[in-house]
Amino acid sequence: MFFNFQYRLERKAIGLVIGIIAVASIGGIVEIAPLFTIHQTVEDAPDMRVYTPLELAGRNIYIREGCYACHSQMIRTLRDEVERYGSYSLAVESKYDHPMLWGSKRTGPDLARIGGKYSDEWHVAHLNNPRDVMAASIMPAYRWLLRNELKTSDLSGHLKAQRAVGVPYTDDMIANATADAYGQATPETPFAEGVVKRYGEATNVRAFDGKPGELTEMDALVAYLQILGRLTDAAKQPATAAATTPAGQPEKKP
Amino acid sequence: MIAQLTKDERQSALVILGVMALIGLTMAIAGHDDPFGVHGAIVLVLATLGVFVMLSGYFAPEPSDERLSRYYDDPAKVGIVLAMVWAVAGMFVGDWVAWLLAFPDLTFDAGWASFGRLRPVHTSGVIFGFGGNALIATSYYVMQRTTRARLPDQVSPWFVLLGYNLFCIIAATGYLMGVTQSKEYAEPEWYADIWLVIVWVVYFVLYLRTLARRKEPHIYVANWYYLAFILVVAMLHIVNNLAVPVSFAGVKSYSLFSGVQDAMTEWWYGHNAVAFFLTSGFLGMMYYFLPIRAGRPIYSYRLSIISFWGITFFYMWAGSHHLHYTALPQWVQTLGMTFSLMLLIPSWASAGNALMTLNGAWHKVRDDAVLRFMMVAAVFYGLTTFEGSFMAIRSVNALSHYTDWTVGHVHAGALGWVAMITFGSIYAVVPMMWKRQAMYSAKLVEAHFWLAVAGTLIYVIAMWNSGIIQGLMWRTYNESGTLAYSFMDSVIAMHPYYIARAVGGLCFLLGTLIGCYNLWMTIRGPVPEIAHDPAHDRPSPAPAAAPALQPGE
Repeated sequence: MFFNFQYRLERKAIGLVIGIIAVASIGGIVEIAPLFTIHQTVEDAPDMRVYTPLELAGRNIYIREGCYACHSQMIRTLRDEVERYGSYSLAVESKYDHPMLWGSKRTGPDLARIGGKYSDEWHVAHLNNPRDVMAASIMPAYRWLLRNELKTSDLSGHLKAQRAVGVPYTDDMIANATADAYGQATPETPFAEGVVKRYGEATNVRAFDGKPGELTEMDALVAYLQILGRLTDAAKQPATAAATTPAGQPEKKP
Repeated sequence: MIAQLTKDERQSALVILGVMALIGLTMAIAGHDDPFGVHGAIVLVLATLGVFVMLSGYFAPEPSDERLSRYYDDPAKVGIVLAMVWAVAGMFVGDWVAWLLAFPDLTFDAGWASFGRLRPVHTSGVIFGFGGNALIATSYYVMQRTTRARLPDQVSPWFVLLGYNLFCIIAATGYLMGVTQSKEYAEPEWYADIWLVIVWVVYFVLYLRTLARRKEPHIYVANWYYLAFILVVAMLHIVNNLAVPVSFAGVKSYSLFSGVQDAMTEWWYGHNAVAFFLTSGFLGMMYYFLPIRAGRPIYSYRLSIISFWGITFFYMWAGSHHLHYTALPQWVQTLGMTFSLMLLIPSWASAGNALMTLNGAWHKVRDDAVLRFMMVAAVFYGLTTFEGSFMAIRSVNALSHYTDWTVGHVHAGALGWVAMITFGSIYAVVPMMWKRQAMYSAKLVEAHFWLAVAGTLIYVIAMWNSGIIQGLMWRTYNESGTLAYSFMDSVIAMHPYYIARAVGGLCFLLGTLIGCYNLWMTIRGPVPEIAHDPAHDRPSPAPAAAPALQPGE
């Protein structure tokens, strides 16, 4: 009967078109639509903060240079990964990531919790030429990051677009985006105080590239790397539970 | 080729090119301090070039109505050549980045030449440049023959083909400047995405218009696959690329979805780009050219039906197997794994149907490298789909994910299946389209075949080894219960395999270069006295009223 149906269907182009669209839509509707409606999909994290303008600019450099092609930002619920990289990633931790950078390949290690693990000086030296720090590294050298001045004039527009897709930036943050980007890399100035006021006491305010007077792309990228995994403390809670899960066993969700 | 266009068609082409030049100019001015302006300039230059080419042939006499009794193959011919150009470019960059992984300083101190920016040039170059052009070109050829109808007009096929290539150029040049959305296989930014939607709608309408003119009551199975390719790629492309641009004079945009929803949408797209771009469309190719070359009808009509609807339905569920053990809810992971396993049935139905079609023609497979390309493609299709279902199993994925095994799997499919069926189809179609008796040199086809097979095997075996070693090293514990290897240990262990992989890629690239030379010599060579009989290659009702070549049904 099925074959007879097809025998008749294939005589009508429009029948085939409707059939293909209908059959191909079901999977996506069942798997994707509920992710927006089921509340448990993304955990609650009241302490979650947004990226500062400098960190967002750094994130855009991370995207521009294609870092996601070799580094994941998603620690799976497997014992060895939790021991190597830290507690497994929660959905809420990438809630403000438009787009997400979970990655699909680890030519280099996972970076979901790289923030605070190494010093700024290490990151600057490593990005400038990875083989200065680790002789056997196969990562490309990103020497131009220290040479390039960071473009900050359009950061307000970036924050506005982020708000349009759902990230809760305030009018104050949008208005001061350019000044905040400068302030975060220039400590002990009025600009720096503004960053702390708007984004919280725990915000890293440092001359990330070691050159306080200049705002380079290196400043932005290091600022971003140093905040990875530290936007919320939500993941610290289940970390102990994950560490005792045997390798290869999925986490039992309550 | 412009002489083939009527006066009206020349005028509408000029109008389209003029409008595009204006759009390019506007983009160039509005985005003068942004890569957006560079892309505007590229559009402006290419459209202006098009205007000059049009004008150079504008006053040629109009073509006679005799053309309407023949198929319209000019765009398909150009598409085949463009596919080979992109193949060389994409594979060259691919092999370059492969060497970079073994010797990271083998490049220039400049952003455009670093691994992260070159890699999408490779992936888009081969998938969209090579694969896409081959699909568009062969679909033009196949839909005319299987419907016995000429393309409905002579402008829209060119618009689709050249517009699509403009998209590819914007994509590739954008990556070099760091313009990317970072969504794998959907890297081009919002304006390129909008342009592709326009091109794609024209492509779809063109397909339906040709089907509407058909002289055959039934739509042949190759067309089902081409239709599914066009329709579902449009669905995927639109949903996955929803984004809000920062400014209409700049390249940057932010995706509408974030985090877990974005990840699921991206892999729903990513896996079905494999399904409907790299599988469905190429199955359409296989269902036409394999029976033609073997001289045997498709083994089973019913298997075709089962595999077609099975692939269309099951694949759309499978994307979540890219996200096992992640923050994606487990019920979605389980659905993805289950459907990935079921997917093996329609996949093997297709592969089996192809191989059974060769029953009774195995002596041809032995003697004819073109048919052997297609046979090996079907075998790799079967192997890769089995491997894919296997890797989608959660506990296997725990080991394989994030490693080179995935890269090996993708290349088993891309080199072994997609590229092989494409080369086989190109070698089959070029003599027919250019009215030659055969390719310039059968020996060179043979050389290409063995280089391609050797390259694929070296590549895939190297990546299987490195991937499994990597996965095992990451999870090995020593007696005291701590991790035995640092990440750097695993990087050092990969070195020999990365060299082997680059050598395998080089073999494959050399084969492609030989193919280009062979193609060039065939096209430039003399038209033989006893050419391919045109009476068998005409739309109906043809003057000779002979049936066109019809495989299967």
